[in-house]
Amino acid sequence: MSDRIMGPLEECLRAQRDRGRKLIVPYITGGLDDEWTEVISALAVAGADAIEIGIPFSDPVMDGPVIQEASVRALERGTTPQSVIAELSRTQVGVPLVVMTYVNLVAHAGFHRMAKTLRDANVAGVILPDLPLDEAGEWMSEAAAAGIDAVQLVAPTTPDERLARICEASRGFVYAVGLLGVTGERTELANSSLVIAQRCKDETTTPVLVGVGVSNPEQAVAICSVADGVVIGSALVRRLLDGQGAEGAAGFIGEIRAALDSRW
Amino acid sequence: MGEPSAAGRFGDFGGRFVPESLVPACQELEDAFRAAWVDPAFRAELDDLLHYYAGRPTPVTICRQLSKELGITLMLKREDLTHTGSHKINNVLGQALLAKRMGKRRFIAETGAGQHGVASATAAALLGLDCVVYMGEVDVHRQELNVFRMKLLGAEVISVTSGARTLKDAINDALRDWVASVETTYYCIGSVVGPHPYPFMVRQFQRVVGDEAREQCRELLGGSVPDFVVACVGGGSNAAGTFAGFADTDARLVGVEPEGGAANGRGIAGVVHGMRSNFLQDEAGQIEEAHSISAGLDYPGVGPEHAYLSAIGRATYESVGDAEVLDAFRRLSSTEGILPALEPAHALAWIFRACDSGEIPSGSTVLMTLSGRGDKDVAEIMEILG
Repeated sequence: MSDRIMGPLEECLRAQRDRGRKLIVPYITGGLDDEWTEVISALAVAGADAIEIGIPFSDPVMDGPVIQEASVRALERGTTPQSVIAELSRTQVGVPLVVMTYVNLVAHAGFHRMAKTLRDANVAGVILPDLPLDEAGEWMSEAAAAGIDAVQLVAPTTPDERLARICEASRGFVYAVGLLGVTGERTELANSSLVIAQRCKDETTTPVLVGVGVSNPEQAVAICSVADGVVIGSALVRRLLDGQGAEGAAGFIGEIRAALDSRW
Repeated sequence: MGEPSAAGRFGDFGGRFVPESLVPACQELEDAFRAAWVDPAFRAELDDLLHYYAGRPTPVTICRQLSKELGITLMLKREDLTHTGSHKINNVLGQALLAKRMGKRRFIAETGAGQHGVASATAAALLGLDCVVYMGEVDVHRQELNVFRMKLLGAEVISVTSGARTLKDAINDALRDWVASVETTYYCIGSVVGPHPYPFMVRQFQRVVGDEAREQCRELLGGSVPDFVVACVGGGSNAAGTFAGFADTDARLVGVEPEGGAANGRGIAGVVHGMRSNFLQDEAGQIEEAHSISAGLDYPGVGPEHAYLSAIGRATYESVGDAEVLDAFRRLSSTEGILPALEPAHALAWIFRACDSGEIPSGSTVLMTLSGRGDKDVAEIMEILG
């Protein structure tokens, strides 16, 4: 671990975590509407520690109905990887930006070229949920060479030995998928979220964030008793689909920020 | 056609590009399949079902009229004569036995034309598994009869309303189900697509088609192999099974894709549905919708082993349009008394064209896999032909 190179995303998240703050990484779908970059600014002000931007893909197998709908809406507006990245390059909000998309869009452009393009747009990290560790070697090398943190995911079904390897390989943070299932809101917090968070925390000093099925401030607080933070996706995107805009998004993330800050 | 690499690759194609939740399940499945495949008891049970339940071996029929008209010897491998009416049953019986062996009681499948769904519902009924079939809403409408058959067999059919509402989207929703249910559920993929080990495993379960045909052709042709071996390709399972019996011979292997879904013809390499293969994509890498008169070939990708066979030149991939396919459907029906499914009518359409152009020289011997019967398509064709 001594010569471990970390990028700007991990440096930033570690620094926040190490000063005792719980981390919030909201997710929004890039190109969803005319004001999606304004939403990013509002989320930063509301207390996000990094912001995840989805580049919409035609076949998002890890996503549930809400993010599928957002992806379709964005694609129907003519959103492309190029258009999202171009707008991100003009969006500086003081917290790291992380791109989440599917491997085909990155492979289509070419790993080397896409890593450089993202870096030039000041993107600090990338999450590719359909590129598991065994297939990720080339991408992780190109991302590291470009100075981008390639975030890896662990799931409740990941065996211990494999979980250790993923935690070791992940850069930026470890994305712990809280339950068996695709993205979407859940009324009850899955117990598996706490279990997976603890298993990762036992393995690594890299920040551990739990995502998938984290829907409200109470659930975020419960998870953060173990994890370093949360990723909030569908619960936020649903509000955007409902037309609540930057103000509604900021209000929701602000509530979670307040709930976490009142405890830690 | 041999083993894929340890990483599940055929050359540059294949692999296991799935969400982390499914990686251990794919490994477990690979281990279970490899153990079962070399277990004489498993193979005996499968052979028994294929023989006494599915009706194997299926015959090879020499077309009397068409052979004369075309000046060739045209032989059909009659998968249309199996129980449930298509080659899909071969794979499904293998996977359903495997599911039982693995202790998974819930059995999910995707389907396009409905043949794989019907076969899955059939095997699940036979072996006492709970079956759920994902089917695109468009296909639910154009294959109403198969939907009803699946329900009669006790399966739940879920109409998929995302994306283009066809086979691609049914696979997406089946994968989403599996991500959530992997501990109790077996996902029975119907073609040589998906993450490793599916493309390899499904080809092995389908190679009975090619192995039987090799032996039958030897008898019919006095010891030799056909000059041409032709099969239709959507994902490519009947073609993979057929080619597996002839890849080590001099036979020319030809896969026939629909013009609107020619992933090997017009697609480029990409990663979707767990595999690196050829896909129809736009300039940004979004997957395009396939368009074909046959729901079973309405898929914008192709199995990774076909992408590999194409890349190394061992098989060639041609494409035909809907009009030619309808002509081929009518011609086989009226001259030989065999109603083919629209999928294998693609293979036949290419044979007609290639005989016309001389690409198949007069006097050639040609084996074509008639992957399924046309009953399911009759209502749709009645509408098209008025």
